[in-house]
Parts: sequence; C-alpha cells; structure tokens
Amino acid sequence: MNSDAPPIRLRVKFFAAPREALGKNEIEIQLPPGSTVEDMMKHLTETYPVLRTYTRFVSVAVNRTYVSMDTELHEGDEVACLPPVGGG
Amino acid sequence: MSPSMDLVEITCEGISVDEVVARLSTPSIGAVTTFVGVVRGTTDGCEVQYLEYEAYVDMAEETLRQIGEEIRTRWQAIEQVAIIHRVGRLTVGEISVVIALSAAHRASTFDALRYAIDRLKEIVPIWKKEIRTDGSEWRSDHT
Repeated sequence: MNSDAPPIRLRVKFFAAPREALGKNEIEIQLPPGSTVEDMMKHLTETYPVLRTYTRFVSVAVNRTYVSMDTELHEGDEVACLPPVGGG
Repeated sequence: MSPSMDLVEITCEGISVDEVVARLSTPSIGAVTTFVGVVRGTTDGCEVQYLEYEAYVDMAEETLRQIGEEIRTRWQAIEQVAIIHRVGRLTVGEISVVIALSAAHRASTFDALRYAIDRLKEIVPIWKKEIRTDGSEWRSDHT
C-alpha cells in the first residue's frame, strides 16, 4: 500500500438485519488504496461495533457481483453487505 | 445487456399468474410450467401475521437474469423464462413469487422449474422478515 496515495471512496449498502442494526441503508467510507474486502470488513466492524454480530454470516457483492474476501476494492465501487438470503 | 428475452422483475405490486403466463404465449410453445410461492400462515407452529420482503433490486434482477441464462444453457428446449418476485408487505395467502417456463414440449420444464426456485433461494439478494404474534425474525434457509 502507498500511504501517500489518496484514499479510495466507496458506497456500502446494507440490507435486512444488519441494515436495521446500523439504522442506515448506505454509508460512504474511505480506505487506503489497495484495500481488500477483508480490510473493509475490519474497518466496518471497528467503526460500527454493532455490525460484529453479522459479519460472520454476510456475503459481499462489489458492483452487484458476489466476490471473495481477498478482492481488491477501487474508487467508486458499489459494495453491499448481504446477509443470508431468504427469497421465495 | 443480456441478449436473452427473459422476463425478470422485482415488483411492489401484486402478481397475476395469468398475466405472466400470457406474456410467454407464442405459437411455438406447447407447455408453460409455473411455480407460485405463497405466504404461509404458520411457521414452526406459530401464527404469521405478515411478511416484509426487501431486495437489493438491481442485483436481484441481474441474478434472476443469470438464472435464466443458466436454465437456457442446461435445458436448451426451454424457450422463455419468467421470474417475478414481489417485495414489501405481504399478507397470508398473497403471491410472493411466480416462475414460469415455456417450451414446445413439457418434458424438460419440470426439472428446470425446480432448478429455478432452488437457485433463486440460494443466490438472489432478497430477504424476508416474518412478523408473528410472538415476535419478528429475518428468515433464511442458509443460517
């Protein structure tokens, strides 16, 4: 990671139980360039301890596609924390 | 953009099965097989008052389209796929989801239909909160 480079800005969406716990549908966060989904989850649980109950269960989507925890994030990405789905 | 003609939609409105089936009717088809999901009045012996569905709409519609493409790849006899899922507050007996598949002949439609609803429950970002007389809970088959 280059500490001189400007941070990347992301929108993070929340749904269902974690959305209710957080009290928000969406937040904007800044992370060091080169950050991964795992780094973002760490940042989120440190900033919003109320999310800790849910992070074990959530899947993450970047730009509306499921991704793994080692996926690198980029400026402007639309990130979503998805608890276990229950459609049908 | 997907080149397929699949009809997928997340809607706040009530769903009409007849309307969905009518939209699949073309002269080449001989079978339309449908699955209709309905809000059940009890869970684990407790009375359900209503369900509150929410969706990550853009991604839900994209994953529904993906399911349509998966079906078309596995069962080439399937002509059209329609998947409509409702969100918002639904009371007991209301339709939450309609899946309809059309083909020239019925044979492949049953397996494909089962695949469609199983896949929907597995990957489509839709959630439901069950409001019962004794409390409320977000429900999933995957917890």
